[in-house]
Amino acid sequence: MHEMALAEGILQIVEDAVRDRTVARVKEIHLDIGALAGVEVEALRFCLDVVLSNGVAAGAEVALNVTPGEGWCLACAERVSIAALYDPCPRCGGYQVQATGGTEMRVKELLVE
Amino acid sequence: MCTTCGCGQGEVRIEGSGQVHPEDHGHDHPVVHDRGHSHTHEHTHADGTVHSHSHAHAHDHDHADTGQDLPALHLGTATHDHPHAEADLQANPLAQGHAHADAPDLHFGLGPAHAHAPGLSQERMVQIERDILGKNDAFAADNRGHFAEHGIFALNLVSSPGSGKTTLLVKTIEMLKDRVRVAVVEGDQQTSTDADRIRATGAPAIQVNTGKGCHLDAHMVGHALERLALPDDSLLMIENVGNLVCPAAFDLGEACKVVILSVTEGEDKPLKYPNMFDAAGLMLLNKVDLLPYVRFDLDRCLDYARRVNPRLQVLQVSATTGEGMGAWLDWLMTGLERARAARRESPAALRRRIAELEAQLAARG
Repeated sequence: MHEMALAEGILQIVEDAVRDRTVARVKEIHLDIGALAGVEVEALRFCLDVVLSNGVAAGAEVALNVTPGEGWCLACAERVSIAALYDPCPRCGGYQVQATGGTEMRVKELLVE
Repeated sequence: MCTTCGCGQGEVRIEGSGQVHPEDHGHDHPVVHDRGHSHTHEHTHADGTVHSHSHAHAHDHDHADTGQDLPALHLGTATHDHPHAEADLQANPLAQGHAHADAPDLHFGLGPAHAHAPGLSQERMVQIERDILGKNDAFAADNRGHFAEHGIFALNLVSSPGSGKTTLLVKTIEMLKDRVRVAVVEGDQQTSTDADRIRATGAPAIQVNTGKGCHLDAHMVGHALERLALPDDSLLMIENVGNLVCPAAFDLGEACKVVILSVTEGEDKPLKYPNMFDAAGLMLLNKVDLLPYVRFDLDRCLDYARRVNPRLQVLQVSATTGEGMGAWLDWLMTGLERARAARRESPAALRRRIAELEAQLAARG
């Protein structure tokens, strides 16, 4: 989806984080991207390459951790794992599943020097 | 510019402002961040090799209040091994700074000074834990606060291009304008054609041109709000850029996203664009007057939509013939009533009421 906007958001967070620190460069950026967040991981990597190419995080390695999708099945009243928003409940096969996890997009941490 | 969807920044134009707005001018919305949380640090070893390494393990760090650099002091001499299987995740809340023979990430005690001291150029991990869309969400929270304070019922209308959003809006405004004050924010990449169509109904409208952008964000809407200066108890309809993908992720501060799908599109759109149908609270199935003439499996469409979002409400309408518009207007009036009631019970309104009552008491005393 809007991977370019996300990449620019990531750059902004990185710049905010290093502003008040003695940081020569950012070597690694660790991201958590939910499986249900609608983010095309390869497209995000591509956009990050472009966006990070100048500045403090130029050449930084992007460690992208895809967090699993999780939903709440209304019929089973239980937490179940799902790979897509339209997936049925793996227990009952019904579609009364609401996504509860794997929708986040976060910058977790940075390796800096 | 993004090669995936063409989105990008810059070139944002809000009618009447006559200027380009860079995204990050002069506003500072601190994101509330729980500094005292425990950090569970986990990382995958990209090379996937099994290796062992030793490191001292008397961690003494204090990051309850700063959430910033985390100097992990290695004081002891204990040695232990960490076998790492392929793609194994290591979840170790204290592993802020241990060295791996094959992955030279971070060890504060292995730098030139053999100890970590601030200011020395050594590698270190900085905990961030910030939502990538946190900045947008902070602007959205501001917008939402503004709506609540003024009893404004705000909707974010999303759809693919050509679903009939603007026609539906025009019709809705014509039917409602004697009962409700309606204003519109129109999002398009270029032109003010849509805002002109809305203004022809007599309702105020602000066009936001996103330039290269593929969605409205909360910051643009905040600026549009300043220009609209909505009266209390209004209905605000934000017509997003025609796009069933990107606008799903950007909260504008609205009470509800309304997704519009027309029967001239495929009935499988809810499955093709699940994020949008999941984010929406109401689906308007538009152009139902054309159902006899198109191959559109209504039941299958509704089934797909509810697979993605079991809570999704659905109304079938035709902006052209007026079919189903009554139910849509009722839905709007219910939302407006709720927003007005919330305003009357808002802290600001209660404070005003208390002040009035105190003044009455003082007058009697």
